[in-house]
Amino acid sequence: MTDATAHRHPDPALEARDFGFWVYLMSDAIIFALLFATYVTLLGGTDGGPTPHDVFDLDRAFAETMLLLASSVTFGMATVSMVAKSKGGVLAWLAITFVLGAGFIFLEISEFTGMIAEGAGPDRSGFLSAFFTLVGTHGLHVSAGLVWILVMLAQISVKGLNPAVTSRLFRLGLFWHFLDIVWIGIFSVVYLPGVMS
Amino acid sequence: MSLAHKSPSELRTSYLIGVTLALILTLIPFAIVAFGLVPRETALLIIAALAVIQVLVHLYFFLHMDPRTAPRENILTMGFAIVLIFIMIGGSLWIMLDLHHRMML
Amino acid sequence: MLGKLNYDALPFYSPVALGGALGEVGAAVLVLAVITWLGAWKYLWKEWLTSVDHKRIGIMYIVLALVMLLRGFADAILMRTQQAIAVDGEGYLPPDHFDQIFSAHGTIMIFFMAMPFLSGLMNFVVPQQIGTRDVAFPFLNSVGLWLTASGAGLVLASLVIGKFSTAGWTAYPPYSGIEYSPYVGVDYWLWSVILSGIGTTMTGINFVVTIFKNRAPGMTLMRMPLFTWTALVTSVLICFAFPAVTVVGVQLMLDRYLGMHFFTNGGGGNMMMYINLIWIWGHPEVYILILPAFGIFSEIVATFSRKRLFGYDSLVYATAVIGLLSFTVWLHHFFTMGSGADVNAFFGITTMIIAVPTGVKIYDWLLTMYGGRITIATPMLWTLGFIFTFVIGGMTGVLLAIPPVDYLMHNTTFLIAHFHNMLIPGALFGYLAGYTYWFPKAFGFRLDETWGKRAFWCWLIGFYLAFMPLYALGFMGMPRRMEHYDMAAWQPWLVVACVGAFLIAAGIGCLIMQLVVSIRKREVLADTTGDPWDARTLEWTTSSPPAPYNFAKIPVVHDRDELTWRKAHPDIAGKDDIATPIAMPENTGAGVVIGITGGIFGFAMIWWIWWLAILAFLVILGTLIARSFNDDDELPVPDAAVALEETRGSGPLLGY
Repeated sequence: MTDATAHRHPDPALEARDFGFWVYLMSDAIIFALLFATYVTLLGGTDGGPTPHDVFDLDRAFAETMLLLASSVTFGMATVSMVAKSKGGVLAWLAITFVLGAGFIFLEISEFTGMIAEGAGPDRSGFLSAFFTLVGTHGLHVSAGLVWILVMLAQISVKGLNPAVTSRLFRLGLFWHFLDIVWIGIFSVVYLPGVMS
Repeated sequence: MSLAHKSPSELRTSYLIGVTLALILTLIPFAIVAFGLVPRETALLIIAALAVIQVLVHLYFFLHMDPRTAPRENILTMGFAIVLIFIMIGGSLWIMLDLHHRMML
Repeated sequence: MLGKLNYDALPFYSPVALGGALGEVGAAVLVLAVITWLGAWKYLWKEWLTSVDHKRIGIMYIVLALVMLLRGFADAILMRTQQAIAVDGEGYLPPDHFDQIFSAHGTIMIFFMAMPFLSGLMNFVVPQQIGTRDVAFPFLNSVGLWLTASGAGLVLASLVIGKFSTAGWTAYPPYSGIEYSPYVGVDYWLWSVILSGIGTTMTGINFVVTIFKNRAPGMTLMRMPLFTWTALVTSVLICFAFPAVTVVGVQLMLDRYLGMHFFTNGGGGNMMMYINLIWIWGHPEVYILILPAFGIFSEIVATFSRKRLFGYDSLVYATAVIGLLSFTVWLHHFFTMGSGADVNAFFGITTMIIAVPTGVKIYDWLLTMYGGRITIATPMLWTLGFIFTFVIGGMTGVLLAIPPVDYLMHNTTFLIAHFHNMLIPGALFGYLAGYTYWFPKAFGFRLDETWGKRAFWCWLIGFYLAFMPLYALGFMGMPRRMEHYDMAAWQPWLVVACVGAFLIAAGIGCLIMQLVVSIRKREVLADTTGDPWDARTLEWTTSSPPAPYNFAKIPVVHDRDELTWRKAHPDIAGKDDIATPIAMPENTGAGVVIGITGGIFGFAMIWWIWWLAILAFLVILGTLIARSFNDDDELPVPDAAVALEETRGSGPLLGY
């Protein structure tokens, strides 16, 4: 079956899942929007403690941004393999995406632990509570995505690229790209202005 | 937003164009801040504008949200979400800023 | 090993607490004993608890709501009697108890009575109204139900183990922070709200997708019944408002558990941000509560006036406008907390504007009745009581929308009267009307009319007696949430209010009697046609109760009131209905497991039993991952089984 015919008669139940997941992502967007609003509101709440300029590292933020953007592209390549019905291609590109995403999380964890060690943890001030929660929530979502990638690697290996599996992979893609969009917000609202101030 | 009617090579092109644009739209703001190329207010405006554009790039090239082909309910729910995000963030910032000035909060 | 949990958590420190706890535990033991005596555990598990059938899930939601109505109402009676006698004295409820009671009352009524009631009605009715076999995500439906039930379980547990919050149903910081509320009360509130909030969000997503994607052929959006329209807008509101309460709840939780400074008095925190965020949720929430009731009234008014709904388009647009505007008024909940005149004026104006579409609806309902042949059956009685009583409350709302007026009335009993005037004759009467209206569809027999009418009059007169005095008291300056007071002039009004509360209690008694009598008389009250009210919409074309798959053939829709169209065209009605192979999703225990384990997770977090929390989290994660490997969860319904179902006619669920 060519990929053209595979998509000519989509299963309505699977289409419904795609839309449902999209609605969930919209509700997630509201969550992030409110975390951003909280962050901006509490920017001044440093309680005489560390300020954004004190704690943000532009190089690390840049590295994190590059890793996440790269992982978006590698996931895109996985999607290309999926449409081309290449199981091996999907597995390979997903694995690379995982490594890039894990690298992102590793950098973020080291950022957080470093800040905490310097006395700039989330309990130091309102600004830091807002920062850790906004960026940390994004990081938790990415981590959940990493778990999901592992689950997909298992499912694809066991079941192959059947409609249910590819539908699930498509939704993971929505999730992964959505998180990259949120990251645009994070470096634009948190890191870049913070380093400049 | 669905992948139907797209061939693997069309998709590949989409992602590669997307990432190239995204890279440019990322390098510029980072460079501005890293090398202090413009004053702060201008920098903030550029960062904001390029962020909005990059979001649109991601929506179109990565999420395949083409207004011509994406399902109507997806566009509608996203549109509603965007309106609400404006209201919630805008309203919150107005309220909190007003309180900040009046009540030192 | 057991975190903070120890013997002191048990309610032996006070006779009132002990009495409450014993009552609740006694009731629970009674229920478990009855089920055991009936030998019904296996049946309950197989047919109900593991069900992913929207009709059964809907009924279970409503059972939860009615049980929590009793619990929340007990709180109300306690408060009314306390206030009736507590002039210059302590009454019988010490302040700590009184504070827990008003906090629990609000939390229970909003989160565990009203939300489950409307979720239940939407669940039972909407798929049948749009001509489909189930919701888009049956498994998600089950998870949402059990998460909500777990949240309710946590609130119930707080009466026996530990204490509940004393911070009111909105838990404002810094009082709700760890510094001023160090014990577990606010944590009970937090986790029950977070868990049920996640469950509710799932329901919202489920119904947005179901209504957009699963309608029968021919049912365009502008041919949907009004209840489905209000369900759609309600579900959209849920999806976009509940994230706010989730965010603010998690932030408060982080303040309490990890010493963060979102809302603390010092440390760079901002208490007003909590107020801002919680009301960004809180205002849409009240529209979530009322819109389904408006939908129910639309259905009932048309059916019992034997007339097409007047102004269908305007009703739809009004609903959509209300939905959008509900996100633009939230500051009116805190006019008095320091904002400038321009900010207050903006939100005051938006608040007044939002009254207009509701006014449109009232006129539409009145004009539907005008020229119709009206039957005053119980559902219609609830509707009539709603129309004029709710309008009074709406007008007090417009009054409160004026910031200078609100400066006088905010946090007085005037406010209490206003929102109960909205919630009881508005939301609750709507749900009770819907319960009465759709009961025969669910169980195959109608509810007894006599007891229904008695219940209505007790509720209506009881409501006026209980809450009109509170308007007067508000004008006289009485603040809300007073455990005792020294103005003797207030007492007579509070005594009247207490009488009203007892009359409402009688109304609840009548509802219970109605159920008992109806079950006894079910053969007399049987619905043998599937359409006991001679109604207008698709859900009345199924048998009562419906087959698990609802429709043997998928109906093709030709008009707004499709059933009325079919009755008018009997020779061609149903001829183009589409026969499709039927496959229904299998029952599964995974929803129960995830929900109940969620409750255990909440309990473990409340009491700092970290190993249990981690274990519960892993169980939930494991169940979800395991479930995701199961792509084959539907069972086909063979044609022979369908034929048998379609010949059995109607018959009550309780099996006669």
